[in-house]
Amino acid sequence: METIHTQYKHCDVIKVKGRIDSATAPNFGAALTSLTDQGRYHIVIDMSDVEFISSAGLRVLITTQKTCKRYNRGELVLAQVPANILAALELAGFNVLFKIFDDLLTAVGNF
Amino acid sequence: MITRFFPGRYESLEEIAEFVRSIAQAAGLSPFETYKLETAVDEACSNIIEHAYCGISDGVIEFTILTTPEAITIILKDNGRKFSPDSVLPPDVNAPLKKRKDHGLGIFIIRKWMDDVQFDYIDGHNILTMTKYRDCTPDEPCSSF
Repeated sequence: METIHTQYKHCDVIKVKGRIDSATAPNFGAALTSLTDQGRYHIVIDMSDVEFISSAGLRVLITTQKTCKRYNRGELVLAQVPANILAALELAGFNVLFKIFDDLLTAVGNF
Repeated sequence: MITRFFPGRYESLEEIAEFVRSIAQAAGLSPFETYKLETAVDEACSNIIEHAYCGISDGVIEFTILTTPEAITIILKDNGRKFSPDSVLPPDVNAPLKKRKDHGLGIFIIRKWMDDVQFDYIDGHNILTMTKYRDCTPDEPCSSF
């Protein structure tokens, strides 16, 4: 798994490539924590190149969303989610906890 | 029947996924059913590594795969700490964000995305048997396994 960070004026985009499983979820979590530790709570995750996500990855998403939304200081949103990944999010009931955008531009424009 | 052994550590998960995909594709599962199978196996192996072997990396996961015209069955065996699936409460997938727990999703996904799931503990081994049935129709009989 690889993460690529792009900082915009009103939000940060993390593009994730590859598999998010128990082996790689700690690195995924670290990439997000490095943002929230800097007080950056408006985050877009570009999921277009995510091949797989397990519950370990879902736990990172939920933990980060809780951190971002605390005190209404921000939000984590998802963009360009592949169909298989979306099915996993829906199964876990995450589709109501995260805004999901079809394209990255709209997701960034959300902030 | 195919039997293979993988080291019981997180670094094995990607190789296990490739193995499961090749089996599922050879068995004629659709891409989405293949993804479900890959996810269920990943969750099961992650549980074995984390809970049965407690993160200690010298354990082994034994895979046995049986295919029939109707179904594909995966049996995972380990000799780690006894796993009691009943001790894992199912997550409330309708709970609001603040009340979401971050554990229990793995077993939940396995049960939802596989058709039959059975946990046994026999002679010092955890044995997880998971089956996915192939949808068969008169137009598309289950003959390609």
